[in-house]
Amino acid sequence: MTNSVWQMLKKRLAAALAVTLTASVVLTGCSSSQPANQAASPASETIKVGILHSLSGTMAISEVSVKDAELMAIEEINAAGGLLGKKIEPVIEDGASNWTTFAEKAKKLLQQDKVATVFGCWTSASRKAVLPVFEENKGLLWYPVQYEGMESSPNIFYTGAAPNQQIVPAVEWLLQNKGKKMFLLGSDYVFPRTANKIIKEQLKAMGGELIAEEYTPLGHTDYSTIINKIKASKPDVVFNTLNGDSNVAFFKQLKDAGITAKDLTTCSVSVAEEEVRGIGAANMEGHLVSWNYYQTTDTPENKEFVKNYKAKYGADRVTDDPIEAAYIAVYLWAEAVKKAGTTDIEQVKEAAKGIEFKAPEGLVKIEGENQHIWKPVRIGEVTADGLIKEIWSTGQTVRPDPYLKTYDWAKGLSN
Amino acid sequence: METYILQLFNGISVSSIYILAALGLAITFGLMKVINMAHGEFIMIGAYATYVMQNIFLHYVDKSLFGYYFVAAIPVAFLVAGAMGFLLEGAVIKHLYGRPLDSILATWGISLVLQQLARSIFGAPNVDVQSPGWLEGALVISQGLQFPYKRLFIIVLVIACIIGVFVFLYKSKYGIQIRAVMQNRAMAASLGINTRLVDAYTFAVGSGIAGIAGCALTLLGSIGSTVGTYYIVDTFMVVVLGGVGTLLGTIAGGLVIGTANTTFEFFTNTSLGKVLVFTLVILFLQWRPKGLFTINSRSLD
Repeated sequence: MTNSVWQMLKKRLAAALAVTLTASVVLTGCSSSQPANQAASPASETIKVGILHSLSGTMAISEVSVKDAELMAIEEINAAGGLLGKKIEPVIEDGASNWTTFAEKAKKLLQQDKVATVFGCWTSASRKAVLPVFEENKGLLWYPVQYEGMESSPNIFYTGAAPNQQIVPAVEWLLQNKGKKMFLLGSDYVFPRTANKIIKEQLKAMGGELIAEEYTPLGHTDYSTIINKIKASKPDVVFNTLNGDSNVAFFKQLKDAGITAKDLTTCSVSVAEEEVRGIGAANMEGHLVSWNYYQTTDTPENKEFVKNYKAKYGADRVTDDPIEAAYIAVYLWAEAVKKAGTTDIEQVKEAAKGIEFKAPEGLVKIEGENQHIWKPVRIGEVTADGLIKEIWSTGQTVRPDPYLKTYDWAKGLSN
Repeated sequence: METYILQLFNGISVSSIYILAALGLAITFGLMKVINMAHGEFIMIGAYATYVMQNIFLHYVDKSLFGYYFVAAIPVAFLVAGAMGFLLEGAVIKHLYGRPLDSILATWGISLVLQQLARSIFGAPNVDVQSPGWLEGALVISQGLQFPYKRLFIIVLVIACIIGVFVFLYKSKYGIQIRAVMQNRAMAASLGINTRLVDAYTFAVGSGIAGIAGCALTLLGSIGSTVGTYYIVDTFMVVVLGGVGTLLGTIAGGLVIGTANTTFEFFTNTSLGKVLVFTLVILFLQWRPKGLFTINSRSLD
């Protein structure tokens, strides 16, 4: 009896030992490969910055060119002598259009690479995913895309438009120039829904009329019924917050249904030059968009920027608003570092307040209070060659107001 | 009035796309009982085949002939998707006959592999296929009543495919062999039919028709590696609603789901419309589990 129990115990012990042994061998095998990489570059010679965008997956179409713009800015700064006497060294990570991957890679950049700052993200979903990582690890993120507002993290600088620098002025302009009856069409996720919430309040306050509000799933491809609804309800304007490839289907099918920009005004806020290329200029000619910058924007800085971008990445490439916003993000950070004399995040944030920069879109300025930037607003019309022609602009820069505090009608929105 | 006529037309148009996407599935799932989760990827293969044909015509063929690339793309899409189906059947599916759970997992894995393959070859961003000039514009009845040529063309294409499949299955020698094998495999084999070969080309034909569906989809939107996944649920729904194993059922199922979808979408909105359609289909299947059309067959299993 005791003998058999002992034998059983022995067997189990041996099994357990075998498992722990293999496990430890495997684990040490994995971990030993890591420090070798880290030691490769001593931290003193370069300033490491992170670049975190989707280089694969559904968002790659937009984010690859944004990454290109950031790399170009880094190269230019390095060519001009670097920063604080050191070269900037980009560490590129792929968020793979997956929000959890974004959070993991952000953690890796901050904890393992110990980068001075990160330039990255496109979708609001990815920004929301990395936000807690940056706040916990006291990191700094430069976010280059227009978005729905209602956010202002101390660990993020927003170089794209806040709603009052894109959506609100566009709606106001449309109401004054194109008519009161508005049809809201968007993809079904956070940005279009929040944007439309703002627009609905604005319509109420400014005497506009909401004809309909329609959402389709991301990736939706059949717009025949929605186009029929648009036809039947005869709006003056379709305000389009569709995102991604749905725009291709929508504008293609709109044209097939015999509706051109002459018959119906549409205004898009997520379609820039890069997207027009995908939709086909012929399908979008004459339709309106609202942004802060176009490739055709007439400033000396922009001529230089477009020339350099095309020289580096190919004559068939176009620049657009997020590309420009990503490019100036790098310069604004570099200016702040120069002013602070260090890459310490708290000091850089303090130094960044009020910094001005001659950007391709015009002279921009960082607003210290909410870490967004002052930008001009421009409404444009798509031309036959796929570029966008400015038809109206605010002239001077507009103060960023992510929570729309300066608008009486927006009182109920920010909570 | 014009709005309702146009809406009816939209319903028929969406139905035609569902029918085309489901026709291949009616063969592989309906006749062969293979639950092929990679069916959507054959649609994708057809779409990319069209894209490749466009580029070939753009770069290597005289400009005046560019308008005809789409005509050439239809058989090419069929052949490429069919060939992929033939390979897949030989490599994987044939080991899984009669094991529906295993085949779901295996074909789902294959669908992921094919999507990744497409991403590696054509890049992650979606690509756009330029429609030929003769499909631009619309048949104008009156100012408010215009039927886009592309959608009319797809309807004609679907009718042609349906006729083609009927002739193939009911008139040709191969079709008769297919039906014989599906009804009674042992008897067909003892009469000298090579049932292995019949399986392989039946699956290839089903996949090829999915390829044609992909070709048609390029007219409506852009093409990406996940284009098929948007259709896979709907197409299974069409086949199940119509009644597994009947072609007439698939056509009826496609018409019902397509028109119901657009009608509900018109009166409510896009997301709710889809929910309503699926709810009604589920309720209907509770009442008639075999679908709209049932076959009275002696090959009861």
